[in-house]
Amino acid sequence: MNSSFQIERFCHIRNHRISVNGEMLFETPETDFAAFIKASYKSLGLSYSKFFKMDNLSKLAFIAADILLKNETEKKIALVFSNRGSSLDTDRKHQESIENTADFYPSPAVFVYTLPNICLGEISIKHELHSENAFFIFDSFNPSELQAYCSSLLRTSNSEKVLCGWVDYDKGKYDAFLYVVAKNGIFAHTSEELTRLYQTI
Amino acid sequence: MSDLKLELKEKIIEQLNLEDVAVEEIADTDPLFGEGLGLDSIDALELIVMLDKDYGIKLADPKEGRKIFESIDTMAGYIAEHRSR
Repeated sequence: MNSSFQIERFCHIRNHRISVNGEMLFETPETDFAAFIKASYKSLGLSYSKFFKMDNLSKLAFIAADILLKNETEKKIALVFSNRGSSLDTDRKHQESIENTADFYPSPAVFVYTLPNICLGEISIKHELHSENAFFIFDSFNPSELQAYCSSLLRTSNSEKVLCGWVDYDKGKYDAFLYVVAKNGIFAHTSEELTRLYQTI
Repeated sequence: MSDLKLELKEKIIEQLNLEDVAVEEIADTDPLFGEGLGLDSIDALELIVMLDKDYGIKLADPKEGRKIFESIDTMAGYIAEHRSR
């Protein structure tokens, strides 16, 4: 499908590597997600203590979004994310804490992350975005649905840009591909191009 | 009491994921919320769970937490007086 919008920049986080527009930004030999994402946080020079309270899905989304938005001045940026596992990884942690009635101490800090769109809130708070947001669950990265929804949002809402993409975390496996869609950019905002960019790294 | 205060500082750092805070950086009289450690409302709920789980103290009224959680000093004093574990 053709689109009048374009992709300004994109970011991948997978296989203990972070890249922007296909170029390596950070890499570590750490294969464990917790160690990798903490090393990424430090490498990027971030100072945001709430980061360490987030669940793994939010940490993944937060780092990818921060890389793409750190020099952004536009505030009318909608957020449209998607993934396969929703917040299942955190849901399991919460379930484990409520299974044993004799040792029933569910953690409020875990419970608040038992929705995937909480990561959108974390990003909105950090970047002071008061924009529309949506979180879709697909079996796999779905460029045609995201392209259509994003384009419609840019045409019909007051959003000037959309931070869009895929951010999935479950049982230590993670994959993030976020991109910024705007009126002007350097990559075509088409389903075909999104498929190509998603597979770049 | 000083052992309990040290234990509380260690528990707070671990359970509230205060990654960039060290035990020695928390003074006994530092405010835990607001301009002190900067804890938030979810942290307050975690502290209420911690009192129950680790010290057998159930707060009937969550508003009680405001005074109890003012500082390490006030927490330690309340726990020493009311603990069943």
